[in-house]
Amino acid sequence: MKNEFKVIADLIEKDKKVLDVGCADGTLMKYLKDNKNINIRGLEISKDKVQECIAKGLTVIEGNAEKDLKQFPDKSFDYVVLSQTLQAFLNPELVLNELLRVGKKAIVTIPNFGFWKVRFHLLFKGTMPITKALPDEWYSTPNLHMCTIKDFVYFVKSRDIKIFKSLALNNLNSSLINENNLGIKNLFADLGIFLIEK
Amino acid sequence: MNIDKNIKTLIVKKPLKLDCGKTIKDFPIAYETYGSLNKKKDNAILVFHALTGDQFVTGLNPITKKDGWWSYAVGPGKAIDTNKYFVICSNVIGGCMGSYGPSHKDPDNNKVFGINFPVITINDIVNAQYNLLEYFGIDKLFSIAGGSMGGMQVLQFISNFPEKSKTVIPIATTSNHSAQNIALNELGRQAITADRDWKDGNYSSSNTSPGKGLAVARMAAHITYLSKKGLQEKFGRKLQEREDLKFGFDADFQIESYLRYQGSVFVDRFDANSYLYITRAMDYFDLTKQFKGNLSDAFKNTKAKFFIISFTSDWLYPTQENKDIVIALNSIGADVGFVEIKSDKGHDSFLLDVPDFLNALKNFLDKSYIEN
Repeated sequence: MKNEFKVIADLIEKDKKVLDVGCADGTLMKYLKDNKNINIRGLEISKDKVQECIAKGLTVIEGNAEKDLKQFPDKSFDYVVLSQTLQAFLNPELVLNELLRVGKKAIVTIPNFGFWKVRFHLLFKGTMPITKALPDEWYSTPNLHMCTIKDFVYFVKSRDIKIFKSLALNNLNSSLINENNLGIKNLFADLGIFLIEK
Repeated sequence: MNIDKNIKTLIVKKPLKLDCGKTIKDFPIAYETYGSLNKKKDNAILVFHALTGDQFVTGLNPITKKDGWWSYAVGPGKAIDTNKYFVICSNVIGGCMGSYGPSHKDPDNNKVFGINFPVITINDIVNAQYNLLEYFGIDKLFSIAGGSMGGMQVLQFISNFPEKSKTVIPIATTSNHSAQNIALNELGRQAITADRDWKDGNYSSSNTSPGKGLAVARMAAHITYLSKKGLQEKFGRKLQEREDLKFGFDADFQIESYLRYQGSVFVDRFDANSYLYITRAMDYFDLTKQFKGNLSDAFKNTKAKFFIISFTSDWLYPTQENKDIVIALNSIGADVGFVEIKSDKGHDSFLLDVPDFLNALKNFLDKSYIEN
């Protein structure tokens, strides 16, 4: 399981009710269910991935986060997880608001466009950056709204969203982000993980 | 009335008050079982058939001598694995495969009911079937499953008996029959009643039957079970055993010949009055209305795990109508999974060899049973 999921799992206490939005093949869901006795649900747009989840015995709804989150009542989950997909939505702000409505807390991870490798790639190669977290070419990427860790922090603050914990992930190392090290973390983390609430 | 040694029946002694106000008692429910009930009695699955199905789910149907209607899904090693699970299915009341219906005799006057049989509803149908649980001594089913009208029974059953099943699988169905579906059923009923041999429903006394009307009803319905693309790919404009058009009204096209065949084999196995009664039960089905406009209330007392399945090319019970059930369940925090299966085979997909569907069904059941 990728390190990102371990960090996410560490943010969630045992026996909670969790919705994994864009749960893909259910790897994180299965881990949370088996190791933390989490009452877990998934929402996934890909039919093939939904089938993989069903084969793992996971409860998944085939659907689209931009349309289908509205059916869940307010604060019906302890946590709602969104891993590396916020930037792929037509309207990320709307999705973020929905996550915070449905979940008491939300865990959102973003591929960091401020990561030094991304900056170097664009600066020296002059082509759209391709990294581990951003593997697609410009013409085939699902990403519409890339942002940096700094962008995300500024954004949630401007919307009165409370940040409980921000973590910077670089390969296997995760570290806390605070106001003092935001510039450095924004340069050296390829992924930002945020525990937020509204 | 079918009297056949191949038909097992349970005579329900207890009176059953029907939605129409009438009460029936001492009535037969014809059923069939597959696999065996384990000692803990926790491996039973109640399967509900659709409009023209019957209790013979899989293997050879001893009456029609054809494969059971859900042979792709049910059997040893199949999605609903009869090596593991005990499958029960009964003919709906109003039907014509041994359960109490319009071809039975009215005990009050010893005449065949015909259209004097009480109008039954999906609610009446599941209330009658509930007697099978008591008969087999099953306190809680492992699952209930069915497609189309079978799915309506699934929804009604768990609403009526919220604690009686651990898992719930409505397939290609709806919580209320749409205007389009009522219209299509009415077309079938009009075809039957317009047949002179229908004789106001009393055809059994004259030893005739409205075969032409029933065949037309079946032909029209059959089209609705398929998709435009499926029909086009299978038949296109291919001609039936001829080189060119004949400039007449014989079956020039293969699709015409196919529909005529479907109509003709159907009248051999189905009773016209039963077709009227069962389509009526479908039309009257509106679970949302039963709960005063809030479908979620139908499920608020159950802790069962739901798995809802729809098909991309099903225009009779389209994905959105299935999703409405998912939405109602999510809004009360119920345990519900949903998948839309990609298939060109239309509404009939749930009866056919559609591997993604069969795999999903198998995985859901087997994984849920392990956690059981």
